Amino acid sequence: MQLKSRHLLGLEGVCQEDITLILDTAESFKKVLDRPIPKVPTLRGKTVANLFFEPSTRTRFSFELAEKRLSADSVNFSKVGSSVAKGETLKDTARNIEAMKINFVVMRHSAPGAPHFLSQCLDSVVINAGDGAHEHPTQALLDMMTLRNCFQSLKGLKVVIVGDIEHSRVARSNIYGLLTMGANVGVCGPATLIPREIKALGVTVYPGIEEAMKEADVLNVLRIQLERQKEALFPSLREYRNLFGITRERLDRVNRRITIMHPGPINRGVELDSDVADGDYSVILSQVTNGVAVRMAVLYLLDGGRQKLEGDDHGN
Amino acid sequence: MKVKCEIMDAKDITRTLNRLTHEILERNHGTDNLVIVGIRNRGDALAYRIIRRIEQIEGKTVPLGMLDITLYRDDFQRLTDRPILQETDIDVDITDKKLILVDDVLYSGRTIRSAMDALMDLGRPALIQLAVLIDRGHRQLPVKADYVGKNVPTSVNEQIQVKIKEKDGEDRVFLVEN
Repeated sequence: MQLKSRHLLGLEGVCQEDITLILDTAESFKKVLDRPIPKVPTLRGKTVANLFFEPSTRTRFSFELAEKRLSADSVNFSKVGSSVAKGETLKDTARNIEAMKINFVVMRHSAPGAPHFLSQCLDSVVINAGDGAHEHPTQALLDMMTLRNCFQSLKGLKVVIVGDIEHSRVARSNIYGLLTMGANVGVCGPATLIPREIKALGVTVYPGIEEAMKEADVLNVLRIQLERQKEALFPSLREYRNLFGITRERLDRVNRRITIMHPGPINRGVELDSDVADGDYSVILSQVTNGVAVRMAVLYLLDGGRQKLEGDDHGN
Repeated sequence: MKVKCEIMDAKDITRTLNRLTHEILERNHGTDNLVIVGIRNRGDALAYRIIRRIEQIEGKTVPLGMLDITLYRDDFQRLTDRPILQETDIDVDITDKKLILVDDVLYSGRTIRSAMDALMDLGRPALIQLAVLIDRGHRQLPVKADYVGKNVPTSVNEQIQVKIKEKDGEDRVFLVEN
């Protein structure tokens, strides 16, 4: 089996079979992570460059662990103290790194489309680890894996994404992925943070959190980027919490189980209260665990594309 | 692919598995510390049958493990297609156990090498023995089976096609030519 694309740049246009293949493969890797020696020799001799032009802890750790668990070698790059600070262009940076015989490039960049651009000028396999407000495909995949663990199937599931949809790559990738898998997707947040054209994607817009919670099986709560407050898109953090914060009282009022997800890092007491984030309905830490398995699956499935050689057949 | 001849039918397979089971029990003096591990995609079905027979003979149930060797293959970098991963499912701690590795056909020996590497990552077994339904020769690695159902000398252009009821709907073994 092989994915239809050589790179993972986003979930827009990725078909149901490919997403299912990634999620199924990730389940097998999750078992590997539970073993006494959680490492397999599959990508021995392969090298991955992790290019993080934006700060990241979780995603970067998760990718690095996935690479190490598959026995690939990894090299890390961060913007601070690198040649980029000296004015080198993205293309030059990437081509120089590739000249050192790299097989994969995992990239986070603030410019939407940066990984697409890179995929056109490099021979390596490119994996998008977040590009501006565009896409963050592995995050959406790990969200879907977590949901599949809770609900068996994504079909017909009602997922509402809450918060700053406008600036969220997590939201966009989740919308593409979940709709492809047959889920119902809703978004909820301040009108200034909901893109006007979002309905065209086929999602429901909930202006108020109460209505959203009435219908939702799952709330995927996004981080309020504190720096956005300077742009005056919402009056204050306290007002945001009052209108859209997921609190214990709000959950109790619904009186049925709503699964709570969050891509992290959490602003406790703003978009999500501590007793909800750490409560029974929260699957936030499973998301993190699944992240490593999903990234292993993506690396495993995208490695390849080389000519098959004749000769020593395995087994029979 | 053309079928050249039928090597075993359902009854032959049953008789052979009976003999292999007795040999395994004889060599290991019963079932103590035994774990039967089948290599996917047909060895697991054969391993399961061996366990059922051990139950009939000794009245004891031996743990069954299933091993997917994909992640340990030595030709991994040469394949264009990523093989579909199946789960490795071995619930018992294999450290200090006697493992009987079961596969349908022994050929180059590379699958067995991969399987042994995979097992070593799960623990440190006391010993590993190999049981195969068919040994068709052409080894590329120094691997030898401890229990052989049938030795079938073949040419490299030929293949052994094993059909197992659980996977293929019938129990038969064919010699086919490419």
